[in-house]
Amino acid sequence: MKSKARLMQGNEACVEGAIAAGMRFFAGYPITPSTEIAEFSAEKLPLVGGRFIQMEDEIASMAAIIGASLAGVKSMTATSGPGFSLKQENIGYAALAEVPCVIVDVQRSGPSTGLPTSPAQGDIMQARWGTHGDHPIIALTPSSVRETFDLTIKAFNLSEKYRVPVILLMDEIIGHMRERVELPDISEIEIINRKKPAVSREEYLPYKADDDLIPPMACYGEGYRFHVTGLAHDETGFPTNNPAVADKLYRRIVDKIEFHKDEIVEWEEQNTDDADIIIISVGGVARAADTAMKQLREKGIKVGTYRPITVWPFPDKRLVELADRVKAFVVAEMNLGQMVLEVERIIKDKAKLIKVNKVNGEAIYPEEIMEKIEEVL
Amino acid sequence: MPSEIVNKYFRTNKLPQIWCPGCGHGIITRAITVAIDKLGLDRDKICIVSGIGCSSRAPGYMDFDTLHTTHGRALAFATGIKMANPELKVIVITGDGDATAIGGNHLIHACRRNIDITTIIYNNNIYGMTGGQYSPTTPKFDKGTTVPYGNVDKAFDIPALAIAAGATYVGRSTAYHTQLLISLIENGIKNEGFSLIEAISVCPTYYGRKNKKGSAVEMLEWQKEHAVNIAAASKMTPESLDGKFLIGEFKNSPEPEYTREYQKIIDRLKKE
Amino acid sequence: MNINETVTDKLVVNENWCKGCGICVKFCPKNVLKIENEKVKIVDIDKCIQCGLCELRCPDYAIYVRGK
Ligand SMILES: Cc1ncc(C[n+]2csc(CCOP(=O)(O)OP(=O)(O)O)c2C)c(N)n1
Ligand code: SF4
Ligand code: SF4
Ligand code: SF4
Ligand SMILES: [Mg+2]
Repeated sequence: MKSKARLMQGNEACVEGAIAAGMRFFAGYPITPSTEIAEFSAEKLPLVGGRFIQMEDEIASMAAIIGASLAGVKSMTATSGPGFSLKQENIGYAALAEVPCVIVDVQRSGPSTGLPTSPAQGDIMQARWGTHGDHPIIALTPSSVRETFDLTIKAFNLSEKYRVPVILLMDEIIGHMRERVELPDISEIEIINRKKPAVSREEYLPYKADDDLIPPMACYGEGYRFHVTGLAHDETGFPTNNPAVADKLYRRIVDKIEFHKDEIVEWEEQNTDDADIIIISVGGVARAADTAMKQLREKGIKVGTYRPITVWPFPDKRLVELADRVKAFVVAEMNLGQMVLEVERIIKDKAKLIKVNKVNGEAIYPEEIMEKIEEVL
Repeated sequence: MPSEIVNKYFRTNKLPQIWCPGCGHGIITRAITVAIDKLGLDRDKICIVSGIGCSSRAPGYMDFDTLHTTHGRALAFATGIKMANPELKVIVITGDGDATAIGGNHLIHACRRNIDITTIIYNNNIYGMTGGQYSPTTPKFDKGTTVPYGNVDKAFDIPALAIAAGATYVGRSTAYHTQLLISLIENGIKNEGFSLIEAISVCPTYYGRKNKKGSAVEMLEWQKEHAVNIAAASKMTPESLDGKFLIGEFKNSPEPEYTREYQKIIDRLKKE
Repeated sequence: MNINETVTDKLVVNENWCKGCGICVKFCPKNVLKIENEKVKIVDIDKCIQCGLCELRCPDYAIYVRGK
């Protein structure tokens, strides 16, 4: 059965994607511009036998989804900047204890309460380094309603496969935008589930990784009677102070993402073959970048676009290649310059770097990108 | 060979516990396993969750599905586990600081929801793990490393807090009154809803030393002499209750449980 | 770990686990136990009535009643 095209908001597409991916538990706390994700989840989850809970705050919501995931249920929470800050300690817990879960952050401008209902991309660095200590993270940034659906599924798949918290880093433009989308039939969607232990309780070592650096995961209630802690632990899952064991653990959880980076990273590029200038942007800004590129091309200026879909890990290899032959990169983002730091690190001084930044609560318009480019030409 | 109970329910290769000599936490932890044993529960369907603190180290020694979480958040993790799989019996082990300071908000909301979780608060009136700072249950005028001149904060009455917040089973006992503690935990687990048992522990190392309460033995003797069962208290004069504290079952009034109520919605939607 | 266990008909004491807190000694109704070199020692097993109070309150599970 093919589902019909329907007008849908980004936040709704996120919930549709999550349920398609197998989400059966959502815990959240209302915050604009992410609230519709909680509302749609509350409505849709019990219809498929899942459960929703509005917790007392974002810390509790993050804790609850980790607990639910350990009990074997795919889980998600959604928030915006202030709530994302509150979740950070427990996001680190999920990273160290290797508990699959999805955290949606529909960004706002900040710091603090900021501009609650206006678009921004202020959490690009918080998504990467928000929790303390060295840790793995994956963050995906959709730039359309349909892509929000697809990337929510991808977020669950990656988190299940690599046992890592995955952040769906949205912005208000995408979260509240309505587009007609046709969702794929469930049977056409690839769903990945965490790998389970193939051994008995006696033989099971909860943190002994396979060659792919990922340990198989039992869940509570299955009789494995295993221990999970946020302390540094050995393969048995119990705390250790042994420097060599702690070192191995921290390196493994970071390496498991690093080693699979080529499978994980995704980006989209347009007209890069002959481009002199490439606009780099994500989420809602990528739509303005698209328009800017088209209009500049009409004027004969060779502009291309590069849109990281996984903003973390950042798709750097291709950017290095492009840096060798373009004159300039324009990094447009709704913050005072976060993603540009990563771009700078990657391209070094091989090409010129132009920044387009906006933090006043308004979207970046194509004209603003075009003006910047025409200025430097 | 350890005793039958210890052999059956503890990860004996992890014993003895990291706790100081005479720490009351070990007495309470064993009491929990005795209660579980008496109830004859399927141990593979029990999940024990804790936060951070000396007390929260207990689950690591207990041979069940166990989860040692972040400071104060055990109840929130436990809520997720229970929601994901309502079949599981979820038990939370937490400290006075873990449960009533940093985790105070989660505590009152878990009480309010009446979600089927049995919480045992190991109350030693101090932050043990971080070296003796005062907690929300440190009595007024007592000392801790962060109240060197005496505590001016008023202490929480944990059972009163839980009752006011809506917990459906509430009790208090001490490490000394171990049999009572076991029966309260047993009844707490039996109650399908949120149960809270305050287990007054002893921390000879910090609370005891700072407040000249003597050894663990003397602290337990103090519990013996100052606790009055609520059943007996009603027949006592106010004067004879002066300086005493109450133990026993403070509330036992079952109400509809949270995950069951949610299940009713799922079932109703299925029919529609 | 070499297990240092004293096994009698009525009681078992595990000296490796005993931290010498003296709780069992104090609350034993029959004065069966004492502390020696920071470990529990059985002084008069004949007096033991196997009431189990030592086992109930030992924080380190180092003493228990046997065959009951
Ligand atoms: C977010 C956070 N803040 C502070 C700490 C430090 N900390 C660890 S345990 C603890 C207090 C524990 O006290 P309590 O819950 O009473 O347990 P006890 O050690 O007394 O058994 C504190 C403050 C922490 N681990 N995490
Ligand atoms: S510091 Fe206090 S609470 Fe912690 S183990 Fe020692 S006696 Fe127990
Ligand atoms: S069983 Fe009773 S009598 Fe025997 S040693 Fe223990 S406390 Fe004393
Ligand atoms: S109560 Fe236990 S640890 Fe303490 S002295 Fe007796 S046997 Fe040893
Ligand atoms: Mg304490």
